[in-house]
Amino acid sequence: MENKVIYEKDLNLEATELRLGLPGTKKPEKQAPPSLKTSNKRPLPDMNEESGSGNNSSVSDDGKSHRETAPAPKAQVVGWPPVRSYRKSCFQPKKTEAEEGRTYLKVSMDGAPYLRKIDLKVYNGYPELLKALEEMFKFSVGQYSEREGYNGSEYAPTYEDKDGDWMLVGDVPWNMFISSCKRLRIMKGSEARGLGCFL
Amino acid sequence: MNYFPDEVLEHVFDFLTSHRDRNAVSLVCKSWFKVEKWSRRRVFVGNCYAISPERLIARFPRVRVLTLKGKPHFADFNLVPPDWGGFVYPWIEAMAKSNIGLEELRLKRMVVSNEGLELLARSFVNFKSLVLVSCEGFTTDGLAAVAANCRFLRELDLQENEVEDRKGQWLSCFPDSCTSLVSLNFACLKGEVNLTALERLVARCPNLKSLRLNRAVPLDALQRILMHAPQLVDLGTGSYVHDPDAETVNKLISTFQKCKSIRSMSGFLEVAPLCLPAIYPICSNLTSLNLSYAPGIHGDELIKLIHHCRKLQRLWILDCIGDKGLGVVACTCKELQELRVFPSDPFGVGNAAVTEEGLVAISFGCPKLHSLLYFCQQMTNAALITVAKNCPNFTRFRLCILDATKADPVTMQPLDEGFGAIVQSCKGLRRLSLSGLLTDQVFLYIGMYAEQLEMLSIAFAGDSDKGMLYVLNGCKKLRKLEIRDCPFGNVALLTDVGKYETMRSLWMSSCEVTLGGCKVLAEKMPRINVEIINEYDQMEFGFDDRQKVDKMFLYRTLVGPRKDAPHFVWTL
Repeated sequence: MENKVIYEKDLNLEATELRLGLPGTKKPEKQAPPSLKTSNKRPLPDMNEESGSGNNSSVSDDGKSHRETAPAPKAQVVGWPPVRSYRKSCFQPKKTEAEEGRTYLKVSMDGAPYLRKIDLKVYNGYPELLKALEEMFKFSVGQYSEREGYNGSEYAPTYEDKDGDWMLVGDVPWNMFISSCKRLRIMKGSEARGLGCFL
Repeated sequence: MNYFPDEVLEHVFDFLTSHRDRNAVSLVCKSWFKVEKWSRRRVFVGNCYAISPERLIARFPRVRVLTLKGKPHFADFNLVPPDWGGFVYPWIEAMAKSNIGLEELRLKRMVVSNEGLELLARSFVNFKSLVLVSCEGFTTDGLAAVAANCRFLRELDLQENEVEDRKGQWLSCFPDSCTSLVSLNFACLKGEVNLTALERLVARCPNLKSLRLNRAVPLDALQRILMHAPQLVDLGTGSYVHDPDAETVNKLISTFQKCKSIRSMSGFLEVAPLCLPAIYPICSNLTSLNLSYAPGIHGDELIKLIHHCRKLQRLWILDCIGDKGLGVVACTCKELQELRVFPSDPFGVGNAAVTEEGLVAISFGCPKLHSLLYFCQQMTNAALITVAKNCPNFTRFRLCILDATKADPVTMQPLDEGFGAIVQSCKGLRRLSLSGLLTDQVFLYIGMYAEQLEMLSIAFAGDSDKGMLYVLNGCKKLRKLEIRDCPFGNVALLTDVGKYETMRSLWMSSCEVTLGGCKVLAEKMPRINVEIINEYDQMEFGFDDRQKVDKMFLYRTLVGPRKDAPHFVWTL
């Protein structure tokens, strides 16, 4: 075991380690909130001082790379920026409220140059949704049957569910569909036929 | 010195409104002390642990208006653990027992319980005004007790408190006989309110001048309420959202046009931009506008709004207004005295934030500016020097660069010279908050020039003990000093311990001060409480004097170590 440790040291793994930042710069070491460590009083200036101790021409470059790599650790400093917790708590809930209110989803169609967005809440059921999609992308979806999927069409409407799987539109009850659908894709051609027919 | 009867002296003292003047007067001679003592109505206690309720009552037996402050300022930013202290109950209990005729209670950063509110409501017959700022520990049940029992209540002002909302009917607890309200602010409450009860309450209070609603009051309710209170001077809208229904918006516009007295607006907790133009008619009279809780308003909408606000003296806004928007403020709001620009995205990098350009524009356009709180992406020395030249009247200057130790991005220098220019030019500066890359030099300037400075906030700055010593030696009027994450240690702490009796308090966290240093200080200064706040390593802590202290809070006091300290606070 000891031999192994020495061997690793000789390898100088640090030199070959993949890092962000210019070669020759030291990666900022302190990431934890400073107030938890009694010995660690100024993690942020230390980062700048390290870069400043090199020659002047590298200072501004270092500054940039620090800025690009640094934001995440800085966000963890307790109590900085000094914004009252009351004020912060007023803003956070906002995001979820907005997300709850809207159900805009992306709809893509194979071969189409750009995607569209629709609001699922506007529709009362599958027939309305499919009709809207047909009009939006100028295609026809064919006849749906549980056994065979969509018949009589080159296209099949599919959606990505919460688990990341691509499912055929129409199999599950409408409400279940709305709550699990993350995006829509109108598949075309052999791929579509493959989805529709389970031989 | 007894040329006048006591009544005449008392009448003369009535003209002295400032606490300091009255304090000075009471030191002149025994008879003045006596007269002042018995005629003192308003008492301000800046640190609730500096004195005990009993001693206060003994000293000022006829007090009617009491202001109390509890937790240290850095508690606002989660640096003080909950349950640290600042309980108001003992004060209410003591005053109730002594039959104090309390009429007004103003609390900041204190822990208020429902029991306290209930006791308050029952004990003081003439109670008129309750103002709670950044307090916590109570629910709407406590408010119900106040509403139900304080028959002559004029003011209920809740600012930024953490209140547990029991969704009860606290507003309905105001009896029908309550018609005395002048100010009602419940903007910080998160729950539903009985809108009918609210409307009826407003309708029966003809003296209502200030009304700030919470998020649960929708636009149509606002419109109905305003119809009952066209005399309002200060309005906080609730949820300013509505589907773009022409009828409601039109009704709102015509209602606003009737409210010719409104001078101050806030709220806009959620905003539908289409509804914003409804307030344009009021804007021309506004002297105070707080849009800092309205993140949904786009920069362009803000700019359109500002164009109408030529008389603005106070503006609180989010940084999504951008430097360009601040330029519009500079051109439009020539009377501006106080500006606060808050971050809309505190941890974002370069998102719709403001820079030194916005501040410079403001300084050119608004010469009357004397109070500033500015969160920004970056700042330069050149900008600060320009601002110092344009606005020599600053009394409060608080700059917060989101990246706490950022240098001047143009010169890569520390911001010492910039802040030095501010303190040199603004001879009346009383409050200063620093940020950015700073060395000991900035403290040399502060010690040299900031003669009126009373409160200083420092974070991630300085190189050595010299920095802190410059400040302690130089700023004769310093009352509150709060420091975090700076390399100041025992030498700085202990060089002039007598200084701390001239100050209200000192906070030092994540600095170089050790337990041993704090012990020395505590021993030398019996009238200073030195509190070590240690949430984490309680067993390990306490035996090694060389160990650095995570958080230290010291304050002068006449009553020794407090008896309500929690287990993680150790008073040396």
